[in-house]
Amino acid sequence: MTLLEMRGITKRFHGVTALSDVNLAVRAGEIHAVVGENGAGKSTLMKVLSGVYPHGDYEGAIHFEGGERRFRGIADSEHAGIIIIHQELALVPLLSIAENIFLGNETARFGVIDWFAAYARTQALLRKVGLNERPDTLITDIGVGKQQLVEIAKALSKEVKLLILDEPTASLNETDSDALLALLLDLKAHGIACILISHKLNEVAKVADTITVIRDGSTVRSFDCRSETVSEDQVIQAMVGREMADRYPKRTPDIGDTVFEIRDWHVHHPEHADRLVVKGVNLLARRGEIVGIAGLMGAGRTELAMSVFGRSYGRRISGQVLLHGREVDVGTVRKAVAHGIAYVTEDRKGYGLVLDDDIQRNTTLANLAGVSRVGVIDSGREFAVASGYREQLHIRCTSVFQPVVNLSGGNQQKVVLAKWLFANPEVLMLDEPTRGIDVGAKFEIYSLMAELAAAGKCIVMISSEMPELLGLCDRIYVMNEGRFVGEFTGAEASQEKIMRAIVTAGAA
Amino acid sequence: MAMAEHGSFLKNNLRDYGMLISLVAIMAFFQVMTDGTLLEPLNLTNLVLQNSYIVIMALGMLLVIVAGHIDLSVGSVVGFVGALAAVLMVQYEWHFVPATLVCLLAGAAIGAAQGWFVAFFGIPSFIVTLAGMLVFKGLSLALLQGQSVGPFPPTFQLLSSGFIPDWLAGESLRTTSLLAGIGVALALIVATLRQRANQLRHGMATEPTPFFVAKTAVFVAIIVAFSWKLASYKGLPNVLIIMTLLMLFYDFVTTRTTVGRRIYAVGGNEKAARLSGVKTQWLSFATFVNMGVLAAVAGLVFAARLNTATPKAGTGFELDVIAACFIGGASASGGVGKVLGAVIGAFVMGVMNNGMSILGIGIDYQQVIKGLVLLAAVFVDVYNKSKT
Repeated sequence: MTLLEMRGITKRFHGVTALSDVNLAVRAGEIHAVVGENGAGKSTLMKVLSGVYPHGDYEGAIHFEGGERRFRGIADSEHAGIIIIHQELALVPLLSIAENIFLGNETARFGVIDWFAAYARTQALLRKVGLNERPDTLITDIGVGKQQLVEIAKALSKEVKLLILDEPTASLNETDSDALLALLLDLKAHGIACILISHKLNEVAKVADTITVIRDGSTVRSFDCRSETVSEDQVIQAMVGREMADRYPKRTPDIGDTVFEIRDWHVHHPEHADRLVVKGVNLLARRGEIVGIAGLMGAGRTELAMSVFGRSYGRRISGQVLLHGREVDVGTVRKAVAHGIAYVTEDRKGYGLVLDDDIQRNTTLANLAGVSRVGVIDSGREFAVASGYREQLHIRCTSVFQPVVNLSGGNQQKVVLAKWLFANPEVLMLDEPTRGIDVGAKFEIYSLMAELAAAGKCIVMISSEMPELLGLCDRIYVMNEGRFVGEFTGAEASQEKIMRAIVTAGAA
Repeated sequence: MAMAEHGSFLKNNLRDYGMLISLVAIMAFFQVMTDGTLLEPLNLTNLVLQNSYIVIMALGMLLVIVAGHIDLSVGSVVGFVGALAAVLMVQYEWHFVPATLVCLLAGAAIGAAQGWFVAFFGIPSFIVTLAGMLVFKGLSLALLQGQSVGPFPPTFQLLSSGFIPDWLAGESLRTTSLLAGIGVALALIVATLRQRANQLRHGMATEPTPFFVAKTAVFVAIIVAFSWKLASYKGLPNVLIIMTLLMLFYDFVTTRTTVGRRIYAVGGNEKAARLSGVKTQWLSFATFVNMGVLAAVAGLVFAARLNTATPKAGTGFELDVIAACFIGGASASGGVGKVLGAVIGAFVMGVMNNGMSILGIGIDYQQVIKGLVLLAAVFVDVYNKSKT
């Protein structure tokens, strides 16, 4: 039985066609994955479905539970039982779980909230999603994974029939992701259908009954996973429209002397000064080497990298940083950059880019001295630099004067990389360099890393995606709860070994 | 194709041209309504004198706003510096040079004090400068002991009431002033042509030739006509020279220097700027010090113009200054704004003040209209942004 059918959806923005004749059919009680590269039109399609773009703003028809629906706004679609959970969670951090769940939908009489009823219902909902927290716990006090569950509980409170999840596991570690996927299967058993938008094909493969691939604003293919076996390569091929012979570039590592060393590094939490976040880490990286740091979310990897990069995180930091065997002072970002260390953040919108500024200004921000003389910027040279990186990194844009806020995730990431390449570092610390970007852009970034390593840079890569660590790194450290708990060469490492290192360290 | 290109260029730069066009439209409106009084040499001179201190402060305020802050204390600082100047020059009979220097230092110290709390302790600027507003209002009352103090020495008065000397004595026309105006216009042409050539050499997309020619022609015409008008009265006021130099300086700082660029980055995304090696705290601090100095300059200009320091001097100036920046296209969330926009914004407010006064509109409805214009300008901004 078909629950939802979107027929011939076409949506244009100022003459640019974002969606062209898209068809999507979701059966009752199935998990339907929608995959596609960034900018393919997945989010636009979901906005059409949830009424963000009201009826009349697009062409085509939406049929839900047998009848045509014309949503004028989110309230309409929610009323019909279609609830979307966005990638950026819509929770109020300083309100409690119960307050968030019933926000805008309070159990109230004459505007006075019945908190006893609300708490009781919240407890029931939290049990359903398997979240063991008190209803009056503040959102800010629980992790992203649990916040995601609160969002789902909120959806359940509204009699959801079709749940849409936009990249729900993008910021979750493996354990939380698995728990979330299990919950989706549980909801499915209770007859709730789900549209899952995700880049992580292994997760999609675990739970999806149907996979629809969208490319360049059109539906390319729909796979029925119940009647055929679908391989990851098939899906990827449909997504990118070409054969992906290899997901990682071939490289022949040419590893030289030790360049970069961190010794006995300790970092305390910025607010809770007695809590150690990084506990005596020793790391070394050689010329031409790509070194990975594996670990779960919250293992202290970002904290390690940022504290090394100009003490941008934490306090009471102790330990040594050595370059070519000599200790260097990395007490400020400027000093770190001057010594040839760069850090590419995991949070490109929050920490990487000045979103309203254009590509050119973002590219030169970390090395304005490189395009100026006695403090005066040479606009011609700046343009030449930015254009050069645009070409080298294949940044897709109309011009370098385009604000970065309008770029896709992959292109934004390339701008952040351009900024740090222009600073000409010897050591590049890349934190989740491919998070939330599409398959094509990922390959380009991998290739760039391979090129940089071949050119003698030394690269430290933090990633939560084990396949990419295994595919690229010459050596992998495993971090857990602030410590390095394992070290493998690229050849000997495997997902199982890394996982085991984490699990046994936790048990010890 | 060329037309379409021009169309899209116009759309992308509508804000910049729109500002200029609205100023010209407002001036034309009042010129007609006041039967030509608005652009009479005497009135035009007054317009400059009346607005100089607002424009001067708008330059500093723009940097503060671009860095993501606000300064509510500038009106009180104007009053306080005026009072300090009066006490030093009138009561203690200091020479105007040391007195002026002390006043500028006081402005810098005030800015530093407030900037210290904002930049290094993370206290919201709204609160710090609201406190400053009260403190310096009170201090100027205390300094003057509730009295008006004046008059200032004649040499000091020249700051606001003086005009540049006319070496080439003209009968009805101050030739030197006119020539100075033409000189500035020529310099503008040379500078813009050089910039354009530089852009073309590097293959940068420039504005289409018709726009470039038209814009430059309009600017040149305005400058020449303006100086001709002023020349037929008493010539260029001293304070106009100060204002113009400051304007050029801050335009240069914001558009061409690394410091300016970094201030925009701090306002646009402080965390990203810090991780790019920008000293975000020091820059925020510097914008407040700068604001303090410019408020002191404005305070001196205003005191010299009134020729007396009164406890009420400067009241409400902060509102005009902040309004000028927002009318000129600055963003309240930081990172966006142009010096030229703020200056035009200040003149939009000034021309409306002046024109409505000539028309005999009461101070009551003047405020209503000014408030609505501010809202309308920002509304158009936000509306345009949400459409794209």
